[in-house]
Amino acid sequence: MADLTLATLAAQVFTGLVLGMILVLLAIGLSLIFGLMTVVNFAHGSLYMLGAYFGFFLVAYTKSFWLALVVAPMLVGVFGLLVERFLVRRLYGRSIDDPLLLTFGLSLVLVEAVRLVWGKIGLTLDPPPALAGVVNLGFTYFPLYRLFVIGVTVVVLVALLLFLEKTNVGLIIRAGSRDPVMVRALGFDLGRVWLLVFGIGTALAGLAGILAGPMRGVYAEMGVTIVIESFVVVVVGGMGSLPGAIVAGLVIGQVVSLTTLFAPKFAEIMVFIVMALVLLVRPSGLFGEAGLME
Amino acid sequence: MHRRSFLVTGTAAAAGLAFPAVLRAQGGDAIKIGFPGPTTGPFGALAKDQQQGAVVAMEEINAKGGVLGRKLEVLFRDDQLKPAVGAQRTKELIENEKCEFIVGGLAAHVQMAINEQTKKAGKLFISVSQSDEISAKPDAGPLTFHEALNPTITGRAVAAWIAQNLGKKWWIVYADYAWGKQNNAVFSEVVKKQGGTVLGATPYPLGNAEFSAHLPKIVAAKPEVLIAVTPGADDIAFLKQAASFGLKKEMKIAQPLHWLPYLKEGGPDLYADIYAGINFSWQLEDSIPEAKNYVSLYRKKYNEPPGDYGAYAYSAIHEVARGIALAKAVNSDAVAAALIANPAYNHYKGKQWWRACDRKSFQDLWIVKGRDRSKMKGEWDFLDIVQKVAASEELDRTCKEKGFA
Amino acid sequence: MRALTGWIGGHPVLAFLVVFAVFPFLVPYKALATQVLIYGLFALGFNLLYGYTGLLSFGHAAYWGLGAYGTGIALAKLQVGSLWLALLAGPALAVVGGVVIGFLCLRRRGIYFAMLTLAFAQLLYFVGFHLADVTGGDDGLRGISVPPLVLPGVRIPLDTSLAFYYFAFALVALAVAGLKRILDSPFGAVLQAIRENSDRAVACGYDATRVKHLSFVFSALFAGLAGALDALRLNVVPIESLYWSTSGQVVIMTLLGGAGTFFGPFVGAATWLVLEDRLAVFTESWPLVVGAIFMAFVLFLPKGIWGTLLARLEGAAR
Repeated sequence: MADLTLATLAAQVFTGLVLGMILVLLAIGLSLIFGLMTVVNFAHGSLYMLGAYFGFFLVAYTKSFWLALVVAPMLVGVFGLLVERFLVRRLYGRSIDDPLLLTFGLSLVLVEAVRLVWGKIGLTLDPPPALAGVVNLGFTYFPLYRLFVIGVTVVVLVALLLFLEKTNVGLIIRAGSRDPVMVRALGFDLGRVWLLVFGIGTALAGLAGILAGPMRGVYAEMGVTIVIESFVVVVVGGMGSLPGAIVAGLVIGQVVSLTTLFAPKFAEIMVFIVMALVLLVRPSGLFGEAGLME
Repeated sequence: MHRRSFLVTGTAAAAGLAFPAVLRAQGGDAIKIGFPGPTTGPFGALAKDQQQGAVVAMEEINAKGGVLGRKLEVLFRDDQLKPAVGAQRTKELIENEKCEFIVGGLAAHVQMAINEQTKKAGKLFISVSQSDEISAKPDAGPLTFHEALNPTITGRAVAAWIAQNLGKKWWIVYADYAWGKQNNAVFSEVVKKQGGTVLGATPYPLGNAEFSAHLPKIVAAKPEVLIAVTPGADDIAFLKQAASFGLKKEMKIAQPLHWLPYLKEGGPDLYADIYAGINFSWQLEDSIPEAKNYVSLYRKKYNEPPGDYGAYAYSAIHEVARGIALAKAVNSDAVAAALIANPAYNHYKGKQWWRACDRKSFQDLWIVKGRDRSKMKGEWDFLDIVQKVAASEELDRTCKEKGFA
Repeated sequence: MRALTGWIGGHPVLAFLVVFAVFPFLVPYKALATQVLIYGLFALGFNLLYGYTGLLSFGHAAYWGLGAYGTGIALAKLQVGSLWLALLAGPALAVVGGVVIGFLCLRRRGIYFAMLTLAFAQLLYFVGFHLADVTGGDDGLRGISVPPLVLPGVRIPLDTSLAFYYFAFALVALAVAGLKRILDSPFGAVLQAIRENSDRAVACGYDATRVKHLSFVFSALFAGLAGALDALRLNVVPIESLYWSTSGQVVIMTLLGGAGTFFGPFVGAATWLVLEDRLAVFTESWPLVVGAIFMAFVLFLPKGIWGTLLARLEGAAR
């Protein structure tokens, strides 16, 4: 630690940014789904994993990473639509815990199905040659692909926020996150909106997966721990709050990255400590609303 | 003939024909060996290799008539890489299936949980994966045998070679759990003995595949060799990230072990020029007759070459058979005594022997290096064999250090 | 069948005694019966908090683990010779955990409460992982040998599977009787009132937080006893005892069996463990089958196996 320079610190902050972006993509999906439907989607990690796997096969068939980047999340989104329509929707009106359990079972099934179909050995997904190098940021050399991840996530977030702020559907979604009962009372057919939200949320998870694949490898269990981290992010940000998911994701990304630099042993537990501290100070997370999921 | 009575008669006849087969399949007389391993979970590929190695051994032995006139039967169970599950499966194998012998365990902590059960039940246990503790007090029991290498042996062999051949200024990245810490300790100790230095050591939480936080620091320190004690999927993630930060050009990279499934997963571009130790590589078939035998049997059955950990299982099953044959009894105490009385054996790679005090198997190992894609002669040809490290009790802790008088 | 279920519902403790007295002979091997008994107790404790008080905890591994480590450390590290003392240490530690963690977590509600319980369990896991000299770290705590059971006038060794089963059975039976007592008491009634509508219970003048806290502590006690018994059963305490996967397991077992029913936890534990044991023999991809069965239960049998059975029969009776 004596040789800690501003350069090392800056490099670490950038690394935390990349990690934060992946968490944000996952957390937004979880938060959207939870905010509107009060569904705790435990299968989110498996959908992230599917995104990476679909990405691998699309790249293999089409030889184009860019195409895969667009199509893989869409495929995951379509899968998400099917899950909502045929599985989750049946649980409407029942206890809040039922979708939690259902998606938990689904995650078991998905991981094992992937192992069965695509083997127990993981796969290697490489970034496209155009993104394979390093860039001199001044204070350090940083992999170009990681900068790309930051860029893509920012673009997607902007698009999402525009969608939510500027379109009618977006308005219903936002209203439904705030007060689902009222929106229903006002007569909106939430069924279609749920489908859309589930589709978008899962597509975001798939995007996170294909983005993460080249950095971490593609294997069936890749979603297992990150789903817990995503939940922590959502809770810290506040269940159902999108700004919360973004802020919390970035914060947690930095927390993990800086803890890894200063006290590596604590890197994993630090997210839980941060969450506990946030919750003890702000009962519903940073931006959460009281009354949701209580 | 009336159709129904034809069916009935036909079925009865078929059943009658099947009956002896059923009896044989149930192995009324088979000697059962229980084999827990993590078939589900992240190390499934390694577990599969072990299962397949065990099956090859079993079939090879049964083809020659079995042992003491009885066939061997290996029963595989999933321990999910969890000690509690491993212990429960062992209980089931012993109580329900009446296995007299247990071979297995991949992770060290699971091995030890299995071992507690075999100790309690007085059954022979041959562990087939890395662990420093399994052959030492207080874990090792009189019926606990350790077929595989351990971090001390591997570490000392690999570290010494690296210090002598690649460079003496090291940086060690290691997973913060028992295996990682043990390797870190051994590697550090050896490099210092060889007159080198550890510029820095970075622990990371096992399974946390985010290494980019550490890499700029490592580049800045300019080590000659980066030692990556990063098992399983962490290894792939680490090497990817290290490559993306340009580390491969700045320094040599080495790790304690290579594993064939991960070599396949990562691919030659990732693993080229990465040094490691290994207990067995199928390429040894060219130079060692026993290896040729094992590799060809495995290949014939599974259409792919055997991996490294699978060979441990192959050897262990053979040892159980050899012990039974020597002892002329299907009894753990007798078999254990027989193996200690006749400690030398050679099933797949050269002479191995059991050390009497701790029932540790000493064996050759090899320093290997990832082969360049352009030099590969086939899809599994990942490794260059660099040097053999002959079996030596010097490489492990002494009996005294392990707690045996 | 209706009469039988009705009788079981009306006399749960007796029914438990009858069924589990012969249980070892109903399953393929005795060690499975012991496993069901112990995990059933764990689920029973969890169910008190979740099914009867309405509080979902994601961190119940903490109390199971504290119970296991308490007893394990007493025997392996402190060399306590007495089985009773060791058996006391585990649950006592779990109760302390329940008191402290319950106090901190109950300041929040709903999913936030659940995530806080998870955070504290992970914290304990972290501590257990790194205090390797005391807990064995990730290698687990080994060296736990079970002293013989000493009762006035008699010394019973517990090394056979059957002997240990009946020892555990006796203790679990006491716990079951204790739970019945709790649920039948006025305290138990308040618990269930809180589950239905916490705010209304408060409006009626009950100190909901105190009641919830007490329920939390009892729940920790049962989980701790189960953990302690498991330490004796396995002669090791794996570090995974404190990990969220263990917390998840007990949630699943309880919900599979039927939350809020007395026997649900045991039915769920039995189903899950027997499935896991037997299915794995037939197929490597058993998690797929179990996951699918689980999903089917959630979709079609929301009250869990036992819960649905009870509800069907109650419905038919009307």
